[in-house]
Amino acid sequence: MKNRHTLSVLVEDHPGVLNRVVSLLRRRSFNIDSITVGHSEQPGVSRMTIVVLGRDQEVEQAGKQLYKLMEVLKVTDVTPLNCIAHELALIKVAAKSQTRSEILQIAQIYNARVVDASPTTLLIEATGPEEQVDGLLNMLKAFGIRELVRTGPVAMMRGTSTVGVKEGPRPDRELAVAGNGTVAISN
Amino acid sequence: MATRSTALEEHPSAQPPGSGRSEERSLLTGSEIVCRALEDEGVETVFGYPGGAVIPLYDALPKAGFHHVLVRFEQWAALAAEGYARATGKPGVCLVTSGPGATNLVTGLADAMLDSIPIIAITGQVIQPLIGRDAFQEVDITGITLPVTKHNYLVNRIEDLAPTIREAFHIATTGRPGPVLIDIPKTLFLQKHPYTPAQTVHRRGYQPTSVPNIRQVRLAANAIATARRPLVMAGHGIMLSGATDLFRQFVEKTGIPVAHTLLGLGSFPESHPLGLGLMGMHGHKHVNDALDECDLLLNIGARFDDRATGQVSGFAPNAFVVHVDVDPAEIGKNVHTDVPVVGDAAEVLRLLIPEVEQEHRDDWLAWIDSRRDRALDEALEERPAWPEPYTIIKAIAEATDGEAVVTTDVGQHQMWAAQHYGFDHPDRWITSGGLGTMGFGLPSAIGAKIGRPDREVWAIIGDGGFQMSCNELATAVQENLDINIAVINNGYLGMVRQWQDLFHAKNYSEVKIGAPDFEKLAEAYGITGITVRTDAEIRPAIDRARAIRGPVLIDFVIEPEANVWPIVPPGAANSGMLHQQRYEG
Repeated sequence: MKNRHTLSVLVEDHPGVLNRVVSLLRRRSFNIDSITVGHSEQPGVSRMTIVVLGRDQEVEQAGKQLYKLMEVLKVTDVTPLNCIAHELALIKVAAKSQTRSEILQIAQIYNARVVDASPTTLLIEATGPEEQVDGLLNMLKAFGIRELVRTGPVAMMRGTSTVGVKEGPRPDRELAVAGNGTVAISN
Repeated sequence: MATRSTALEEHPSAQPPGSGRSEERSLLTGSEIVCRALEDEGVETVFGYPGGAVIPLYDALPKAGFHHVLVRFEQWAALAAEGYARATGKPGVCLVTSGPGATNLVTGLADAMLDSIPIIAITGQVIQPLIGRDAFQEVDITGITLPVTKHNYLVNRIEDLAPTIREAFHIATTGRPGPVLIDIPKTLFLQKHPYTPAQTVHRRGYQPTSVPNIRQVRLAANAIATARRPLVMAGHGIMLSGATDLFRQFVEKTGIPVAHTLLGLGSFPESHPLGLGLMGMHGHKHVNDALDECDLLLNIGARFDDRATGQVSGFAPNAFVVHVDVDPAEIGKNVHTDVPVVGDAAEVLRLLIPEVEQEHRDDWLAWIDSRRDRALDEALEERPAWPEPYTIIKAIAEATDGEAVVTTDVGQHQMWAAQHYGFDHPDRWITSGGLGTMGFGLPSAIGAKIGRPDREVWAIIGDGGFQMSCNELATAVQENLDINIAVINNGYLGMVRQWQDLFHAKNYSEVKIGAPDFEKLAEAYGITGITVRTDAEIRPAIDRARAIRGPVLIDFVIEPEANVWPIVPPGAANSGMLHQQRYEG
């Protein structure tokens, strides 16, 4: 069965690295739902959060293929792990003077905030799990959504666990020992 | 700080010894740095073709400490570099200009990628201010070759040149080997910089696993201990890791028979009682039968390619699968694996041999032997009047004592050679396995002969593939290479015709291919051409070719509709293979 998987990928911050990662996923026939890239806590290391749709085994294969890129330091499938996965959305919604207060109430329910306004629109910034953003959008649909941009999720494990990469051999061996199961990586 | 630097300016002697004026003297151009870096990597031969962006680099070549072989088409430069690498075990190097020179390399890089061959491709790029402006002979070759290289670089600073070349060789030759491309803008060739031999390579993201996990090795040993009908699937990785001696020790100790993949030929002697020969689509009947029957399949250094496995669901249906591979991404990619062992074949075997018991498996071997297809041997004894392809291959094997390096193109002649040459030694069988590149045979033979002048080299080629790369005859002549070219000429694109014959109701669509008189073509290039039209002429022609120094071409005109038997139909399991019922006479 195909499931959505969220991969945290630590990469060296080199020119073209995004191209390499995306190109690899494309040629292995992976559909990328969303991808975000930004700095990590380590200088010179970027962190990508990639959401792909695939069978567990296919996603494990994708993880192994990603490791073959020189710039890739660590791949973690955080889907089964206890993690926070949040995205940010900017929503420009049509707002008349009669509907404005109702929209503000809805935004409040979803912990979203208004960051800009015009006589005919409100610009709402929402953060949270994808389902929460979906819910807010669903509620706002009736008023008329003029423009929407979503980042796709970024993810981080709860508690003290991190996906940070240490110096030393890559966890290829552990990957292989896990065999055909999930991408179990421990180093 | 300001005071300090002023002091240095006023007192140049305060600088460390060796810098200052002597440094100025030791400034090299980018071109010279490339040459020095290649020399420091031990490069003796470069296959290349000059052009606009690399003119400054070619300016430095006459003084370089390596030999440049001028090919006639850039694609063949990459394949010659591959032939060189496959024959010597050292990385092959090719060098071309930007734009079309670079794009012409793509097929060769893809070929090397699929067959895990270490080659270094250096491409010139337009001057830096023009990059991204669709300049004359500009292509984004690093973008184009992303999926067909192990890694690639666009070098932007002259100080990065030497370290990049060092790192490229490291990446190409370690772990699972593969092609690495270095794109160098023309600007850099002209700049100057001191050359310091590059240091050890360290990349956080590249640390291939070479020594396996002992727990996995012991699991493999346990599987061997309990198996009753074990079979080894021997792949290219055994030779790439230089493990043939260890592999032979392992096989002789455990008594496990060996099925060879196409690129695994040579990893274990076929003449040995435990050496079975080719498996897969055109594998021998008893080998594919053994795959069906085995209860343990130990794959060492092969990647379960679809031409080897046939339909995966029917592949080795009764087997517990152990897979040894240096590339963890190959584990479980195509075939379900019960025990993965990630590591270099040599390291794995070194640890595995002490863990296994000495055994003999006479019943299992007798069973396999009973599955041999004797019809072919009997058919061969009939010796028809025309040159029969199996006979030609066997005659070359006999004449060369099985010691020659054999290169091929792709198609029927390739399968006949794989089935019947009988490879007993590593690094003798050079063929395009993964990509199936027509035209491969001649340029790879040129590369092999230059790399191993001490070895006899035979290029066994079809008449279709030969017409793709016969322009390289000029290279062979220019380099005065003692190679023998056997064209197996049926006037058809034979393998496609065979599929049309068997699977498309003999609808021979666009497979009849005309050709020039190859004997005259040879003469035009100033080399000896021999035409063979009867069985009786085969051996004398081979002997004559071997006696002549320099390139010789033999045109073996064979029966136009001879087929390769057996064959597993596309999409079928290996057990569904079709056999020759009777000799097609």
